[in-house]
Amino acid sequence: MTKIHIPTPLRQYTGKQAAVEVKASNIGEALSGLVTSHPDLRRHLYTDEGKLRAFVNVYLNDEDVRYLQKEATSVSDGDNISIVPSIAGGR
Amino acid sequence: MATAIDVKPETVTLNNDEILRYSRHLIMPEVGMEGQLKLKAAKVLCVGAGGLGSPLALYLGAAGVGTLGIVDFDVVDFTNLQRQIIHTTADVGRKKLDSAAEKIKAINPFVNIRKIDTRLSSENALELFKEFDIIADGTDNFPTRYLTNDACVLSGKPNVYASIFRFEGQASVFATKDGPCYRCLYPEPPPPGLVPSCAEGGVLGILPGLLGVIQATEVIKLILKTGDPLIGRLLLVDALGMKFRELKLRKNPDCPVCGKNPTIKELIDYNEFCGIRGEEMPVETTNADISVEELKRRLDAGDDLFVLDVREPHEYQICNINGHLIPLGDLPKRVNELDPNKEIVAHCRSGARSAKAADFLRNAGFHNVHNLAGGILAWADRIDPKMAKY
Repeated sequence: MTKIHIPTPLRQYTGKQAAVEVKASNIGEALSGLVTSHPDLRRHLYTDEGKLRAFVNVYLNDEDVRYLQKEATSVSDGDNISIVPSIAGGR
Repeated sequence: MATAIDVKPETVTLNNDEILRYSRHLIMPEVGMEGQLKLKAAKVLCVGAGGLGSPLALYLGAAGVGTLGIVDFDVVDFTNLQRQIIHTTADVGRKKLDSAAEKIKAINPFVNIRKIDTRLSSENALELFKEFDIIADGTDNFPTRYLTNDACVLSGKPNVYASIFRFEGQASVFATKDGPCYRCLYPEPPPPGLVPSCAEGGVLGILPGLLGVIQATEVIKLILKTGDPLIGRLLLVDALGMKFRELKLRKNPDCPVCGKNPTIKELIDYNEFCGIRGEEMPVETTNADISVEELKRRLDAGDDLFVLDVREPHEYQICNINGHLIPLGDLPKRVNELDPNKEIVAHCRSGARSAKAADFLRNAGFHNVHNLAGGILAWADRIDPKMAKY
């Protein structure tokens, strides 16, 4: 199983879970497994055309998947996937 | 380590009072007299004197940063005091700049404080940044985040960055000579409404303390040219799990502002770029809005109005006007609870979320929907002064 870390702003769409475990062989499968089990999350991660949104960064362990093989990047048991959305608060 | 900081310690000296004050720095080889003089020669600009800016400016001042600029246009209010520790209860109503400058001076009278009483904008940012060595971004909205980043890249100043949301924070050092910038990490802002601001989402009061102190640490390290700065690394702080994680950041060769062929060569309209959002942007009043006075008059007259409260249940517990509660995020799946033939007045805390709710309902075929201008805060101000505000 691969663990997907859910950031605070998106936890309202995963039943408050901070991490979701999925069975997947690559990043694309892992994320589609995530939005299948938590459908409210879909519009926050994907555009209407089904592309990953530009402001959502996906990391495999500590590497940005944009610099690996993007959604085709393979994952194995014990890997950690992180969704890192932009937040702006500071005041 | 490549940074653009080049302060001139030879231009300053420490008197005996300062030497005593900084003694715990001076006896450490990593700082020493040379480092302390670098701190004194350094000019740091804090953008915002709020949650992050409070600990940041206090510690930089205490540490002996010679020139501390603060840009802010805001006034202290009661809701700031839970986290903006540079301001006190007695400061409510005063300019944050005046309040902050007074506290820093009280801690360290040797700091030269530059109060810059304005909103950072595309018109003034480059001119302002020119006078400083390092910019520390403690703002609270996406347009100013992108503006600060681009102005840092264009003027060659490092951007010591942190942002916070609820229990979570991010920190990094952007826009150094060879390092990535904020746009390498986030090429585009989220569409308006998708990511709530702190005013909408809340923030643990301690969190800006944690992140602001990390920013201050990074500023000091850049000045001293010591240690391993957060260049090319994004630090993720989860205060609930008390977990610190680190992700690798890379300079994006296609970055529109710091890449090989930049397309952004001057500052742009950042409100337009971000689709105008953030808590500082006033919600526009449209003729589909209803005032609190009008709502009160019509409710008293017994008009058949359906009051829809689109806040969260924990906000409803603080105060309410007996509206039917459906949080904005639940509206799409609970829209069948509403009667399209009824006249609906949607409200939230201040009017931003209910404007979205009203738009959503109109698109869903509801023809008679109003947004309560100013939300329940306006109701508390003008109709029911006994009501709790938050």
